[in-house]
Amino acid sequence: MSQAHLRGFGRYVPERVVTNAEIASQLDCDPAWIVQMSGIHERRWADPSETVASLGMRAAHDCLARAGVGAREVDLILVASGSAERRFPGPAAAVGAGLDLAGVPAIDLPLASAGSLFGMALAARLCGGYRNILVVGAEIMSRAISLEPACRDTAILFGDGAGACLVGSETGFARITDALLGSDGGFSDALRLELSGPIQMNGQAVIMQALRKVPRAITELLERNRKQAAQIAVYLMHQANRNLITRTAKSLGVPEEKFFLNVDRYGNTSSASLLIAAAEWWDGGPARSPMLFAAFGAGFHWGAVLAE
Amino acid sequence: MDQRSKIVAIIRQVAGQPVDPSPEQSLFESGMLDSFTLTDLVLELEKQFSIRIPDSDMTPRRFDSVARIENYLAGRK
Repeated sequence: MSQAHLRGFGRYVPERVVTNAEIASQLDCDPAWIVQMSGIHERRWADPSETVASLGMRAAHDCLARAGVGAREVDLILVASGSAERRFPGPAAAVGAGLDLAGVPAIDLPLASAGSLFGMALAARLCGGYRNILVVGAEIMSRAISLEPACRDTAILFGDGAGACLVGSETGFARITDALLGSDGGFSDALRLELSGPIQMNGQAVIMQALRKVPRAITELLERNRKQAAQIAVYLMHQANRNLITRTAKSLGVPEEKFFLNVDRYGNTSSASLLIAAAEWWDGGPARSPMLFAAFGAGFHWGAVLAE
Repeated sequence: MDQRSKIVAIIRQVAGQPVDPSPEQSLFESGMLDSFTLTDLVLELEKQFSIRIPDSDMTPRRFDSVARIENYLAGRK
């Protein structure tokens, strides 16, 4: 893992902005209630012509351009998505084709919200065997929700978008030093998207498990790297819900200001959210370090990645 | 303080208000607790009853009323 460096982040979000006011009437709820429950003010929805792979390609191009790396230098692609349009093939090969990388291995990670984090951790392990690994998270969650009032608890949360991260073996602005991943299939029914029908979520179970597992994973990762939570310059988390991030900060005893937030503008974009957040944070200038990435999602899958 | 009074005191503490739940009353449906404060409730139960609640037991159903919490604690003895 000592060879794994972060070389860049990228993102793409669809143009269409969907405000709380637009969906509140269909969901028979108050826009202010959506903000109270989630911290979300608006989200993006993909155009009917867009696909998970096309969103992923846009984010990948952005990432490579911002990293100053040509697509030809990429020798492995990992694409996380829980909302791909078909069982197989997944979007990874199409993202590779969109980058004109026929012949380069492309692996799908159908993990939903923790997918990008798992992708980063896998890339860090595989670095060395591969020189430049492109990790992409891409989702069209708007096609996985129902705007029936009975489904409002999930419909208010989700948005569309894609993020990307380039992990390289030779150089970068930070080194991935450690990663901690976990999975527990005992809760696989608590958050799921079946082959038909809208996403199903037991929000109470998800929040309880996330608030238990994410702070614990972060704490364990920091302890084994002899770091205090206060030493982390920035926390980049899966943007599931503002309240969840606030409570995670409280559990760690860290000011919420250390947690990058954009869930208010994009909602929960599942696997894409971590890398969209990282890309926006990276826009802000020279990367501060150490940085801590964390995510939790369907499965349940969760984990944390440390870079410095 | 008996066990029930201690449980109610913890519920009041995490709810941040002087609630008075009946034994069978749903803490969720009554609005006394939400998913976030329920997690705080479990943490306080662990602390004040000196128990370790495994993640697999962290389901809303187990802690949704005073009676359910009593039953859970009895099962842990």
